[in-house]
Amino acid sequence: MKPQALIAGVHEFPERKTAKSMLEIQALSARAALEDAGLGKKDVDGYFTVAANPGIGPLPIVDYLNLNPKYIDGTTIGGSSFVAHVNHAAAAIAEGRCRVALITYGSTSRSSGVAVGTRERISGDYLDQFEALYGTSTVGLYAMVARRHMHEYGTTSEQLAEIAVATRTHASLNPLALYRDPISVKDVLASPMISAPLHLLDCCVITDGGGALVVVHPDLARDLKKPPVRLLGSAEAIAHTSGGRRDFLVSAAAESGPRALAEAGLSPRDVSMAMIYDSFTITVLVTLEDLGFCKKGQGGAFVSGGRIALGGELPINTDGGGLSSNHPGMRGIFLVVEAVKQLRGECGERQVRDCRVALVHGTGGALGNRHSGATLILGRS
Amino acid sequence: MADYAKPLPEITAESKPFWDACARHELLVQKCRACGTVQYYPRGVCAACWSADVEWTPSAGRGRVYTFTVTYRTQARGFRDELPYVLAWIELEEGVQVMSNIVAVDPAKVAVGLPVRVTFDDVKEGFSIPKFTAA
Ligand SMILES: [Zn+2]
Repeated sequence: MKPQALIAGVHEFPERKTAKSMLEIQALSARAALEDAGLGKKDVDGYFTVAANPGIGPLPIVDYLNLNPKYIDGTTIGGSSFVAHVNHAAAAIAEGRCRVALITYGSTSRSSGVAVGTRERISGDYLDQFEALYGTSTVGLYAMVARRHMHEYGTTSEQLAEIAVATRTHASLNPLALYRDPISVKDVLASPMISAPLHLLDCCVITDGGGALVVVHPDLARDLKKPPVRLLGSAEAIAHTSGGRRDFLVSAAAESGPRALAEAGLSPRDVSMAMIYDSFTITVLVTLEDLGFCKKGQGGAFVSGGRIALGGELPINTDGGGLSSNHPGMRGIFLVVEAVKQLRGECGERQVRDCRVALVHGTGGALGNRHSGATLILGRS
Repeated sequence: MADYAKPLPEITAESKPFWDACARHELLVQKCRACGTVQYYPRGVCAACWSADVEWTPSAGRGRVYTFTVTYRTQARGFRDELPYVLAWIELEEGVQVMSNIVAVDPAKVAVGLPVRVTFDDVKEGFSIPKFTAA
């Protein structure tokens, strides 16, 4: 099918703890991603990032980068934001609003000592008085989904641990990953309980980091340095408390996944590898079910026996994921970076063989109250 | 009672009837006069049809644990001094889910499906927070 847009350049900021500022991380990443594409600062006419400053969104970073974009998007829907930005950039390009869209992110979560997962989850809005009063934390909200999944389907802590173990194996092959020493299911179960049933090793790491993506009009294909990756399908969705009647085991991926696959004219069987947002092990398990890789409730069996590891039927999170490589507050941008590198065959020791189609799914917010889901289907040239 | 370190509700005109009822130890949900849908959390419009004609209606305050988590590590204000604690979604008999804490129950005894009833924590003059305990 005709690609809506091309992903021409990507960059992941290599440091996990840095003295650089979040703005500096983004500038350096933007330059590197444009170099990767064979383009430059002057080519950028669309700019996308999350709202680091409530109320004015991307204004400070656009000023810092000294850009004058014709199209600006500050969509902020949690860690999936950058995956949604690719969807939005493709729409803007298709409409003729811009031709070279730059997406950036930078964060110093680790050096500024932000306890991302266990801090008090207060949003400062009307909803706090019905939730934050009760000691909500990000990990607690995901843990409630894990508990319900265990109750409904008999999912076990061992099965959730399989996800952490496979992801660590991948991290051991990524020189940039924060944690590279292999772990076992036993290690995960022996790690401290944070919010039952989630243990410390069921939770993502906290790092500094950032990155950039360059999405361009298909007409620019010949001007690029590397064979671009084609965007074949994209979709987004929100799942929330639904007036008090929510099945918390069904995530936004159940909406966005099938729509993105349908747009690409593909099915889960066509996917060579997947980058699945892994804030917690349970995030991956629920997402894989909702994307249709297995039936609802069978995620525990699906992630076991090496199926999601390199060499398995569906390798996921080959960079070591948020569980072992990096998670600077939001990680959506890295899902796209790794998927693009896999499709270009640039992943060395952790390369998925004959990688033709990659699925990216970002989850932002919390499965246990409200979250966004954004899915991309990417194909190699 | 004066030392309640956990967050307090920021009551607005929209939520005042709910919190006033809590102070009387009464749990309210809402019912839409236009389409009949019962909802929680309360708000100025019906979540199903956006009619502004929603009425307050008392809940029996009984339900079951839909899901829960026992938290052992947190930075959450007040809660970090009382570990572990139980955060839960409760499904009320009226059919809507309510986020709350399960209190006065050994966390090891909390399970999905456990019958619970509302209990009010009088944290401050005029402030009572609905929590749940074993029925
Ligand atoms: Zn209604």
